[in-house]
Amino acid sequence: MSTAAAALEPDLRARVRRRRFLVEAGSLVLGAAILIWSLVPVYNMFLVALDPGGHNEFSYEIWPSQPTLGVFADLWNADDEDVRDIWPAFGNSIYIGVMVMAFTVLIASLASFAVGRMRLAKDWSLSGVALLTYAIPASTLIIPFLRIMHIYGLTDNLWAVIAAEVTFATPYAILVLQHYAKLIPSELDDAARIDGASAMQVYLRIYMPLMAPALAAVGTYALLFAWNDYFYQYMLLLSEKHTTVAMALEQFFDDDDAPWNYMMAIAILYSLPPIAIFYGLRRFMASGLTLGGVRG
Amino acid sequence: MTISSAARAPRKSVAFKSPRLPRWRSPLHGSDLGWAIAFVVPYAVLFAAFVIYPMAYGLWMGSDPALYTALLADPRYLRAAINTIAFVGLAVNGQMVLALLLSGFFARRRWWIKALLIVYVLPWALPAVPAYLSFHWMLVAYPQGLIDNLITALFGFEGPFWFNHGWLALGCDIVADVWKWMPLWTLIFLGGRMAIPQDLYDAADVDGASPFRRFAHITLPLLAGLYVVSTLIATIWSFGDYAPVLFISAGTPAFESEVVSTLGFHYALDFANPELGVAAGLSVMPLLIPVVILLILRLKAVEVQL
Repeated sequence: MSTAAAALEPDLRARVRRRRFLVEAGSLVLGAAILIWSLVPVYNMFLVALDPGGHNEFSYEIWPSQPTLGVFADLWNADDEDVRDIWPAFGNSIYIGVMVMAFTVLIASLASFAVGRMRLAKDWSLSGVALLTYAIPASTLIIPFLRIMHIYGLTDNLWAVIAAEVTFATPYAILVLQHYAKLIPSELDDAARIDGASAMQVYLRIYMPLMAPALAAVGTYALLFAWNDYFYQYMLLLSEKHTTVAMALEQFFDDDDAPWNYMMAIAILYSLPPIAIFYGLRRFMASGLTLGGVRG
Repeated sequence: MTISSAARAPRKSVAFKSPRLPRWRSPLHGSDLGWAIAFVVPYAVLFAAFVIYPMAYGLWMGSDPALYTALLADPRYLRAAINTIAFVGLAVNGQMVLALLLSGFFARRRWWIKALLIVYVLPWALPAVPAYLSFHWMLVAYPQGLIDNLITALFGFEGPFWFNHGWLALGCDIVADVWKWMPLWTLIFLGGRMAIPQDLYDAADVDGASPFRRFAHITLPLLAGLYVVSTLIATIWSFGDYAPVLFISAGTPAFESEVVSTLGFHYALDFANPELGVAAGLSVMPLLIPVVILLILRLKAVEVQL
């Protein structure tokens, strides 16, 4: 018996070793595939932006033979008529993004605090009502939005876009906040109440600090939502001084004569703020993203 | 379910009245009720002004039955409706299944896998317009597009004209959509996997369970609820997602790769018929509303369970 086991052992060990090797090799291959899959479109952005050809003169290659950062210098000096207005557009985009972020976090946290913690109503009633926002596709609601913003006197106003984007970002924010709030023991609220804290103090001193990861996740989501949007900005903003970067990019896209390397350079610059915020808050918000974990 | 109901049972049997703790239990009263209502007012105002009113307005705009007969008579609409179903069905299920499987890969404890995760979430952090414009420029035909250049360099033949065929163009939009949104769901499933107690896997190891059985009998049942909720949310978002089609295939060739939302834009803007555009968007409601209701019911059930 023992001799048989001893005879089997090298064979077994070899099999285990071979299997472990195959698993490691397989995950390396998968990892390489994921790397290529994730980065090819990003690489393409740089390929176009660094192309020296400029206005319509393509020298497309797999690897840029004469890469130049000149396009970024041109953008900075804004000496080209195509890019003169890009910096005000960045200002508008940042303004919209920051306001959407702030108001989504504020409105969603207040509502989910009142319903989830103060138990103004059943938890699901708030998220249920909020989710009705999605009953008509957001891309369809834009058409009635256009007329309603006119009625509200918000034609060609950045706040029309902010209001629309907050509207569509808030339901998901409420969903995430309500799920995360269940992890915070309600005894903390009770203890503060016994010490005489008002509802506002509980919200500011207990709820908001403890919800920080979820708030970071929701804020990032709202910022990305505003940064992803194009059509609400395009429809609701009319004048040149209210142009956003997303709108400017689309104008490049529509214009056959536009310098594509400028477009991609602007696209790269436009991508930087959300990436910076996302990676800055990543560790912080990792736990806020769980959407209720496994208990669903 | 069984665990939570067992935990709930003794709480009910202990029915004595606690000595007046200032707990927030409904019904709220006095200043607490005032505070709670004040906290909900901002969202209520937002909801009334920017959800109820536009929705009512939209439903009114699209209330004429003649609009829908006009839609059904338009072959572009029929194609867009089929495309929408294909886009939502393939993009959502594709990104969900891949995200579920990849979350298992990213759950492995290797330093290089952790580093890879940072790169992998980049598409999600990248704004939609630049990302999809890059896809468009990558796929324009030889000799300009990167993909066709790569195909020529690697295999020696010329790649296809990606935007010359409706289904191929739509396929490009679907792939780009999966590329953009898969990282978000992977992160969510990764969070779900991390919350599964390790003892369950240890017990399965003792029983000699294969990796497949561990996945099928532990991971899958415990992630099922999260998977369903995530899929429903992704489906709802995809119905209104215009960006891939607008910026990658741009509906080419000849409206063959439009989805309902982008076709609605063309009706409203290019053909100056906003009512028809609204009607095109509203026509997905029979598919969309059951999904929304399922999601609300699902969340309600989860709450009861917690």
